[in-house]
Amino acid sequence: MSNDDDNHELRVSKIRNGTVIDHVHGGQALNVLAILGIDGTEGEEVSVGMNVPSDRLARKDIVKVEGRELSQEEVDVLSLIAPDATINIVRDYAVEAKHRVERPDAVEGVLSCPNSNCITTEDEPVTSRFDVLDDAVRCAYCETIVRDDIAAHIDT
Amino acid sequence: MRHDHLITSKQLSREDIEAVLDHAAEIDADPAAVAQRHAGTLLGLLFFEPSTRTKMSFETAMKRLGGDVVDMGSVESSSVKKGESLADTVRVIEGYTDALVLRHPREGAAAMASEFVDVPLLNAGDGAGHHPTQTLLDLYTIRENAGLDDLTIGVMGDLKYGRTVHSLAYALTNFDTKQHFISPESLQLPREVVYDLHLEGTTVREHETLDEILPSLDVLYVTRIQRERFPDENEYQQIAGQYQIDAATLEAASDDLTVMHPLPRVDEIAADVDRTSHAAYFEQAHNGVPVRMALLDLLLGGETDE
Repeated sequence: MSNDDDNHELRVSKIRNGTVIDHVHGGQALNVLAILGIDGTEGEEVSVGMNVPSDRLARKDIVKVEGRELSQEEVDVLSLIAPDATINIVRDYAVEAKHRVERPDAVEGVLSCPNSNCITTEDEPVTSRFDVLDDAVRCAYCETIVRDDIAAHIDT
Repeated sequence: MRHDHLITSKQLSREDIEAVLDHAAEIDADPAAVAQRHAGTLLGLLFFEPSTRTKMSFETAMKRLGGDVVDMGSVESSSVKKGESLADTVRVIEGYTDALVLRHPREGAAAMASEFVDVPLLNAGDGAGHHPTQTLLDLYTIRENAGLDDLTIGVMGDLKYGRTVHSLAYALTNFDTKQHFISPESLQLPREVVYDLHLEGTTVREHETLDEILPSLDVLYVTRIQRERFPDENEYQQIAGQYQIDAATLEAASDDLTVMHPLPRVDEIAADVDRTSHAAYFEQAHNGVPVRMALLDLLLGGETDE
């Protein structure tokens, strides 16, 4: 672990059990929480460090969620907005497992379609689904391609 | 056919397309042979947008196969007016019928609806998305007039919102065709369509005027530029005027040029073209019946020679 990492560890308190999402691009931490559907209303203990110095990224964000272990499926959704993120599963203060995010083939229920004429934006009993392309996502229903600012389309 | 639903022409292989067109040709030659093949079959028509040709040709096709249709009628007179979701509507009508035909103003409507039903669902147009049954009759008409391979086609007009254009362009990637796209800059193909065409290795050749490529075309497929796509009447008149053809325009074309249009036309093809040997748009509209008969027969499992 580098000195930089040691420094920010001091700024953001350690967690006992849960998930640490590290190496998030600076400024994306709140989008990480939004895409995971974590808004604090369910009482989760969440710590966020924003724009802390990093070796790998000039500035990074870090998110720590106490008491919740994120599944691989959940963290893979993060690849859309935080492709370099590393996921540490923590048990009793020790890192039990470390994962990189992988781009899934599709994501469901996390983005809303920007095409206002898409059937999924009507009052229909259907969950949004986007196919994940190399550099974009695509609505599985109306086929609209979203390439820029995917975070702006997170379904909150 | 291996598919339960027909949502987009992208799902159709060359073999699928040829199976429908070959069967349509058989039916065209001897309609009596299939006249009672689907006696007792009911086709549900759900048109959430106005339609004349598509709806009537589906109705004719089903009846000429010995079956019948039940029609939701206009949105104004249906429970959609009371706020019923599309998902609920198709689940209810599915219980009355053996197959469904859906036209809806929103993109993705047919794809979504197909997830809620077990009977075959045919997309008869979803917003600016797809119109695969129109494409099959377009391909039939092209095959009859010019052949589908070694073909140079120009598609002109509203390429942005024209679902017939999108569906046709995808389907033609199965054949050895050169595709030219002629439109004002503001109505060029959507990037999603260009993306898919590139995936299939198709070169997208875009032009702002017809003159430069007209002599090289085997087929000119004209679509209507709608008034509502432009903020003001003057701009519409000025731009739409550049994409209208008449008999004089076609003097520069090959004698064998086939002119097509999904209809309805307004003034993009002048009436004097009707009398030339180029005009194939009424034949194209008539082909809607044998092609939809063939498609329904294949989807409803009536084909006996497999």
